[in-house]
Amino acid sequence: MAFKQVTSPHAHSAQKTSNVMQLVLLATVPGLVALTWQFGWGSIINVLLASITAVVCEAAIVHLRGRSVAFYLSDYSALVTAVLLGIALPPLAPWWVIVVGTVFSIVIAKQLYGGLGYNPFNPAMVGYVVVLISFPIQMTTWVTPLALLPEGVSHPGLIESLHIVFGGYTPADGVTGATPLDSFKHSSGLLVDQIYQRDPLFAQGIWAGAGWEWVNLGFLLGGLLLIAKRIFTWHGPVGMLGALALMSALFWDSGSSTSPGSPVMHLLSGATMLGAFFILTDPVSSAVSNRGRLIYGILIGLLVFIIRAWGNYPDAVAFAVLLANFAAPFIDNYTLPRTYGHTDRRRATEKEEG
Amino acid sequence: MSQTWVTPGGVHPPENKHQSLTQSIGVLPLPEKLVVPLNQHIGAPAIPCVEVGQKVLKGEVIAKAAGTVSIPMHAPSSGVVSAIEHRPIAHASGMLAPCIEITTDGEDRWIAHEGVDDYELLAPRKLLEIIANAGISGMGGAGFPSAVKLNPGRQRPIHTLIVNATECEPYITADDSAIRERAAEIVEGIKILSAILDHPDNIFIGIEDNKPEAIEALAPHVEGTGISVVSFPTKYPSGGEKQLIYILTGKEIPSGKLPADLGMVCINIGTTYAIKRAVVNGEPLISRVTTVTGDAAGVQRNYETLIGTPVSHLLAHSAFDEKACSRVIMGGPMMGFTLPSADVPIVKTTNCILAPSYAEIPDDEPAQPCIRCGMCAEACPVSLLPQQLFWYSQAQDHERLEAHNLFDCIECGACSYVCPSNIPLVQYYRASKSEIRKARAEKVKSDHARERFEFHKLRMEQAEREKEEKRTARREAALQASAAPSNPSSSVPSSSAADIIAAAQARAAAKQATPEQQQAQLERTIAAAEQRLIVAEQKLAEAIEKGSANQSVLSAAVENTRQKLEQAKAKLAELTA
Repeated sequence: MAFKQVTSPHAHSAQKTSNVMQLVLLATVPGLVALTWQFGWGSIINVLLASITAVVCEAAIVHLRGRSVAFYLSDYSALVTAVLLGIALPPLAPWWVIVVGTVFSIVIAKQLYGGLGYNPFNPAMVGYVVVLISFPIQMTTWVTPLALLPEGVSHPGLIESLHIVFGGYTPADGVTGATPLDSFKHSSGLLVDQIYQRDPLFAQGIWAGAGWEWVNLGFLLGGLLLIAKRIFTWHGPVGMLGALALMSALFWDSGSSTSPGSPVMHLLSGATMLGAFFILTDPVSSAVSNRGRLIYGILIGLLVFIIRAWGNYPDAVAFAVLLANFAAPFIDNYTLPRTYGHTDRRRATEKEEG
Repeated sequence: MSQTWVTPGGVHPPENKHQSLTQSIGVLPLPEKLVVPLNQHIGAPAIPCVEVGQKVLKGEVIAKAAGTVSIPMHAPSSGVVSAIEHRPIAHASGMLAPCIEITTDGEDRWIAHEGVDDYELLAPRKLLEIIANAGISGMGGAGFPSAVKLNPGRQRPIHTLIVNATECEPYITADDSAIRERAAEIVEGIKILSAILDHPDNIFIGIEDNKPEAIEALAPHVEGTGISVVSFPTKYPSGGEKQLIYILTGKEIPSGKLPADLGMVCINIGTTYAIKRAVVNGEPLISRVTTVTGDAAGVQRNYETLIGTPVSHLLAHSAFDEKACSRVIMGGPMMGFTLPSADVPIVKTTNCILAPSYAEIPDDEPAQPCIRCGMCAEACPVSLLPQQLFWYSQAQDHERLEAHNLFDCIECGACSYVCPSNIPLVQYYRASKSEIRKARAEKVKSDHARERFEFHKLRMEQAEREKEEKRTARREAALQASAAPSNPSSSVPSSSAADIIAAAQARAAAKQATPEQQQAQLERTIAAAEQRLIVAEQKLAEAIEKGSANQSVLSAAVENTRQKLEQAKAKLAELTA
């Protein structure tokens, strides 16, 4: 009798990388539903278009690299990147914006660095920043939230939306407009209270800004689901949201005309919750240890606030995440956990004594 | 109820313990042949003291301990020694090792043996001797000789004795079933340990809360003994020595230290039973409880198994279905190792033979890339960063690996268990550990070689220097010899050379201090010169006679010799005047 030789452990849990990715996809559903409810079909078209592009790109590159296409596609990582990018891009943006962003994400930011697990930067955010800088007009046009649509105007239907995206049709007047963060940024000279009264984006909102507050709550819900499922720990999201809330509270300045905005507005606007639970939790490009991820999250929260308050861009999650990606290996060097039987935490670069 | 502490990390694999607990501990028919490996423990292999063809009785010593950290081996049954040779043994590498094979005679006849009734009256040293002679090594894992472990020395008094009944590996129920059926003897074994260790303040039996029957079985026996049974939530790997000590005491064993350094001893509960049998019944360790389990075994239960029983014998009596079996594991599914064949024998540390079906333990799926999800770090019971270790292990970055405390990894497999990418992490760590050990050994070797070379160089340089010094001295002597006698003006020495010559002359003068010596030397010179003069004159006469061409040279030599003779005579006259 001869038996197979395998090393221990022989038992394995049922959790697979593909399951992890599927759960992340599932967790985007509440946010995506809120987006569609508040802004129409655009985001779903983005997500589908980005997904198809991503899968085609991933398959092509994996094939060029001489690897098994089926094996690498089955990890669902390309789909996660595509869905997150599709969510981040403005609804009803021209198709080529989505395609260019996705190709850049998958081909340049992911596969050229070695594929899944080897990319130093978050692929979705690389793609997002490339199109943001390249096509500023298309990227800063956002759909008007449901509550603010003019009388008698509704979001374009599915067919009309497809025409807008692929055919270059211009949407009806009043269908597109600024985002709350954008509007707030361009309302300097007014007290925060005045902005909240005069700007319908805030006047029609319950907590932070019409439409956007629901989208952020949707991603918060999905994120909490992922924490409950132990897909990631609380450290990164809490670090980012805590730092953002603390900074906006510190600089609130009683709502003066130079105030950068309230903590509630910052937490429930723009890509805050998407970033906190779906972008900075990308394990590949983030710091590694729990303490490292807490610091990494705090860094992103600080950067988001600094760019939103004093930078040129109304939102800043993509830039903040990419800058923190640079810092991740450095954070890792100083945030090793204390191992059993050791009195001190060590540094990654420490050398054995003697 | 004692306080317990919670270790970080850990995993909850399916326990799968009920399958083998439906029946009591069974006994197998006597195997035809028993193969006793000489090295079943940490330390030096035992040395055979029997010969092929020799008859042995059950319990007879067949191999003696080789030094302090070693144990003797005993015949597990009566019969004839049929071979002493290398055989395949239970080892992850499938290596061959020296074994003694006994062909059993079926009588299972014991050698005369006798226990001690009142061990309390015996000195600890004497008890340790009994344990050592009974060939007892730790039966939980590594197989460290128990008598050595129980004798930590006077400078390290033991205040806490921990009996490990955790049995946290899935499937294994050897300790559980032994406690259920032999609680009284186990507790007596613990009392013996207590006597050896001079009655430590705390005696804990650490047990996971998934063994309520065992806890219940122990309860009446520990009452009033000062032994506390401490149960804690089931989590793998709570049964690791370091983990259990933390759970029960809240203390960590510093990296590189032993529990004894903190005044603690941790011993497997199966070993306490063997100690009781050795001391009270006089029986050496020749059998143990082994679980046979896994769905490829038709009968899943525990057996009191003779050491040396071939695994094939166990499987044959367990309705084993080879085709349905994905692999045969010695130990549990987390830390056990696969057997290359069923011909290997059961040893003192074999707590389980696991024969899982493909449904239970399927073939490994191909590994996917690490996405640094961090689930491994969450599962690690010693707070390492397995994902970073994996990264540096691939890069063979030994410095980083050591900075990330690779050597504190206990290889429990929790990281690999949770890894969603199916990466065989532990295998990478094992490989890196041996690479680093090898590199360290090579460094020591090359350091030695370098030291040797440097010493050799130093010695050669010194020898060269000494030679050079001698040469200089000889040169000086030669200079002095040519300069001292008559005509220092014949050469034009440099000032320093002149100094040297002057000094040499002074030395020469000092040497010829006494007039008696000078006179004697001059007289010898005169005698020699007279002799040479006679010879030279004879040669000159011969040359003139023959009409040779060298007459002038010879006459000059005669003249020269005569002059020197006259000079010497003049000096002598001067001296004696």
